[in-house]
Order: sequence, then structure tokens, then C-alpha cells
Amino acid sequence: MARIEFKDIQHSYFAEPSRPKDYALQPMHMAWRDGGAYALLGPSGSGKTTLLNIISGLLRPSGGAVLFDGKNVTDLTPVERNIAQVFQFPVIYDTMTVFDNLAFPLRNRRVPAAEVRARVTEVAEMLELTDDLKRRAAGLAADAKQKVSLGRGLVRSDVAAILFDEPLTVIDPHLKWRLRRKLKEIHKRYKLTLIYVTHDQGEALTFADRVVVMHEGRVLQEGTPQELFEAPQHRFVGYFIGSPGMNFLPCRLSADGAEVAGQHLPLARHLLAQAPAGQALEIGVRPEAIDFAAAGAAGLSVAVRDVEDLGTRKVATCQLGDLKLKVVVPPEQPIPAERGTVTFNAELTRLYADGQLVG
Amino acid sequence: MEKWQDQRAWLLVMPVVLLVAFNALIPLMTVVNYSVQDIFDSTHRVFVGTEWFREMLHNDRLHAALLRQFIFSGLVLLIELPLGVAIALTIPRRSGWGTSATLVLVALPLLIPWNVIGTIWVIFLRPDIGLLGHFIDSTLGIHFDYPTVPSQAWLSVMMMEVWHWTPLVVLLAYAGLRSIPDAYYQAASIDGASRWSVFLYIQLPKMRSVLTIAILLRFMDSFLIYTEPFVLTGGGPGDSTTFLSIYLVKMALGQFDVGRAAAFSIIYFLIVLAFSYVFYQVLLRAGRGEAR
Repeated sequence: MARIEFKDIQHSYFAEPSRPKDYALQPMHMAWRDGGAYALLGPSGSGKTTLLNIISGLLRPSGGAVLFDGKNVTDLTPVERNIAQVFQFPVIYDTMTVFDNLAFPLRNRRVPAAEVRARVTEVAEMLELTDDLKRRAAGLAADAKQKVSLGRGLVRSDVAAILFDEPLTVIDPHLKWRLRRKLKEIHKRYKLTLIYVTHDQGEALTFADRVVVMHEGRVLQEGTPQELFEAPQHRFVGYFIGSPGMNFLPCRLSADGAEVAGQHLPLARHLLAQAPAGQALEIGVRPEAIDFAAAGAAGLSVAVRDVEDLGTRKVATCQLGDLKLKVVVPPEQPIPAERGTVTFNAELTRLYADGQLVG
Repeated sequence: MEKWQDQRAWLLVMPVVLLVAFNALIPLMTVVNYSVQDIFDSTHRVFVGTEWFREMLHNDRLHAALLRQFIFSGLVLLIELPLGVAIALTIPRRSGWGTSATLVLVALPLLIPWNVIGTIWVIFLRPDIGLLGHFIDSTLGIHFDYPTVPSQAWLSVMMMEVWHWTPLVVLLAYAGLRSIPDAYYQAASIDGASRWSVFLYIQLPKMRSVLTIAILLRFMDSFLIYTEPFVLTGGGPGDSTTFLSIYLVKMALGQFDVGRAAAFSIIYFLIVLAFSYVFYQVLLRAGRGEAR
């Protein structure tokens, strides 16, 4: 187990990067707490896998240092760092049995046979692979193969961290859920540092205690799922997390509120006080933080364009001037047919300047 | 009505039937025709039944050629496969101009006409003007005269064969190596696998299907070898490098012994067919065993 730190880490796949665009990873500082369950979340090409491979040592960063418990490991190999990594597609050694597959990392480290047997048996039990131990790994189904890959990561009791690179991509949805539960269980039991790369926010939010959102080689925000949901640090986080994403409404500030699409929206004093001058301002509000008010009540007047009933909730698409506004309400709540009035939950209404959270 | 439509479907397979007929069946039947008759001229012929076959199966020179052929093909597989795989492993996995250039250079011998290969080696091995021949004869001080010394003739034919055909194994093995996803190498490096383990547990199993093809191709081709040793040694000295094809051609065209040669051809054909089938089944079974 180890605390992992990034100091000024940056990476480019080009030999001579000149523009910021050449960097897959922009300069960053990061720290991963010992025993934490982290999810690295971001769209394809945002640098998640690059970041993961820098932690494991498969990739040497173009600049900066990687520290494990304060010790510089930038030049060490994955074996020396004692990292386990599970990949997107199951990697198994075709010619070996499941037992030999699981024993492989231990045997390579010259662990005594009795201990190998004990560890493999324990891990197989945990992953429900006991009945398959004597089978050839090549004949297993995709999810069992991925469990074997996962098992090879878990079999070493002393790893600094286990890294997952979208490990459930090839797994059936109902098995996905079980494997994710398994991972959480293992995390609870062994207090391992887990770092989990995914582009699926559902997976990230259910798996991790802390989520790191990446976009274009930058870490935009690191926080608990609740923090990401309630106070996205960046426009992209608000838009990326949540389904549908956060509403962003361009606005102009006035003395006691904001002008949105020609209508007046009262804002909390602290937001008005913090607003910087001369930048593009936007109101950010989650669809879940918007409600329909009784007709004639104070609020913004909108036209309801479309309602989707998702069973557990209803999503209404509204028109506010030229702007689109998504509103999520409980399924039993009626939605006005044509025109309605909406109110924003003041505590969850955020102000963004040039895409960055103001307050 | 429906039946009529079904019958018309035969027309669609006609091109293939005709192609196979002209390509394989008709020539083969001609050979069968020769193998059961003694033909003197276009009007005089005698049906001899299995006479030619019986004679060929008891022919000592054929036995010797067959043994020679097996030793030759066995050596070809033993040398070319490990060598080809070893060379393929040294070529960088990532593509680039260096890799492409290497592959083109490696593949060059495959592009040379076979009789030219023989000619190249005839010159290359001459003790007076050939680079290699002169080197062995004068620099190493070993008397080198492959047309008269059987062991040197064998060595020369082997060298030529290995030089000519190992590139094919290299290309196939390299294609197999290129198809292995990076994640396998990454996982192996995280599991602490040694270079040897990576070869044994990742690269070799993943190359199995292409190596199966390589074994089949190299066995069949080397079993049928004719042109290059014919140009280099003419089957000599004596009969020492007379492989099956060379003996067959000597019999059919040299002695114009068409009936015996036809029987010989059919036996030859059946041997190749039987061995290819056995190889294929063994390798297929090995593959299935691993998938179980």
C-alpha cells in the first residue's frame, strides 16, 4: 500500500512537443490517498489511460516525478513499483490453467509453492473461480477471463495499488454489476488503493469514494460523487456528470440578480459579490434542482417542448427564450402542458465565469 | 416450379466445377490412365493393372530417394522454423520505415525465380570465383568441391534452401507477433514475467496458427523441391541429392518411362496428401486441447 503523488507530471507522445495540444497530459499535481478507491472519469482521449500507465510505470512521463510514499519511483519498472494492473480486454495466458494463470505473478517472484497455493486458493474463492482452477484459461467465457486477469492483480498481497483500465467493457451488464460489487467488497476487506479508469459515470460514481474528472489532458475536478454533482468546478464536469447534464444559461448580472433570456432571476448575494467583471457569465443549475411552480408564482416563464417519462423520473425539455432548459421531476408530479413557471433551488444554483465555478 | 428453381442453382457452381475439373481432375485422370497401361504409341497400348505400382513400391532407388526426401524435409523444418521465429522476434513490433525496409530486405529471396536461385548459388559456391566457395576453400583451407563430395553437396543444398525459404517463415511469424495486443506485453511486465516466459506463454501460443501454416507450407514445398537442387547439383554426385521430384523427372523425361513415372506420381501425391492431413489434424487437435 502506498500514497501516490504526481509532481509536475506531464506527458507527450511526440518526440518534440511544441504546442500544448501535443501533450496528452498537461502539467499536473495529484495525490492519491493510501487505501482510497478512485475513479478516473472522462471521455475517450482525455488522458485517463496515459495517466494510469504513468502510475504503473508502463509509460515514463515526459516531465515530472512520480512518488510512492514520498519515494521517487519515476525510473522504476512496474515490477519494481509493485503495481497490479487490469486491462480493458482480458489478458490470459492461453496455454496455462486458471490456477497457473493466477500463480504466474507469484511464481515469477519466486514465492514458495505452499504460499502460492494458499494465495491462489484464497483469490479463486473470492472471485468464485474455485471450480475452474484446473481448466485451461483459454476456454473460459469473457467475464471469467476478466476475473482471471483481475485475480492476477489481487493475488499479490503487497501491491502498492491496483489499477483498472476500463475492465468491465467486455462484460455483460448483469455480470458487470456483480463484478463491481466484488471489487467494492475486496476494497473494503483489504484496504487496497484502487484506481479505476472508466468513461461510464454510473460505474465511476458507484465504485469510487473519490472521482477524478479528466478532459483534454487536464484534471478538472477531484472530489466525492456528491461534490461533483452539487458543485462542478468546471462547466465540462457539470455537463459530463449527471444525465441529463447541468443546464448552463448565459446571463448578465444586475443589482440583485441576473438577466437570463430577458427574464429576471434573483441570485444569492454571495454569488453577486464574487462575480468577476469582463468574463462570460453563466448560471449553472442541475435539472434536478429545478421545479415547476404554481401558475402565477414568481419564477422564470418557460415553454414545455417535450416530456420523457423514464419511470423513476420525468425529464422535461423546456424553452427559455433561445435557451434550452432540462428539468427533472419525480414521476408522480404533473408537468404543465404548454407554458409553465420554473424556480431554481437557490442553494444549488451556481455561477460560472469562462467555464470556471465562481460560487 | 420450386424444384426447377432449385435445379438452376447448379449453374452457379458450374464455374468452380469446371475450374477444378480442368485444374485438377483431368490432369490427374491422365496420370491415372498412364499408370495402369503400357503405352507404345497412339494405337498400341496394353492394360497392365497394378503392375507399375507394384514395381515402383519395390524400387530401391525410389526408397532411397524417399528416405533422402524425409531427411531433407525434416531438416528444413528443424532449421527454418526456429530460425524464422528467432529473426521475426528481432524485428521491431512498431511500424516505421526501418521495419518496412527490413521486411522488404528479408523477403527479397522469395521474389527471385527458382532457377535463378540455383544459378546464384552455383556461382556463389564456386571455389575459384564464388564468394563463399572461395572463402571456404582458400581462407578456411577446407577443400571445397561440392559437385563431387556428397556431404558438401547436401550442405550446399541445405544452405540454399534455408536462405531461400526462411524469409517466408519470418514473414508469417512476424505477422503473428504483430497481431498480439500491447496489453499482453504490459500485463506480462506487470506480472514480472521474464523475456523467456513472454516468449513461451504469450508469443508462441499466439503464433500457433501462423506457424501451423508455415509448417504445412514448408513441409509440402520442401517435399516437392525440384528446381533449385536440379540447377545446383543435378541430383549428384551419384544419387546423393536426388530427391523424389528429381528422380521422377529423370524417369519420366530422361528415360521416357511414362507408366512407371505415372505410378510414381500417384504414390508421391498420396504421400504428400497423407502427411499434410496428419500434420493438419495434429496441430488442430493441439489447438483444441488448449482451448478446452
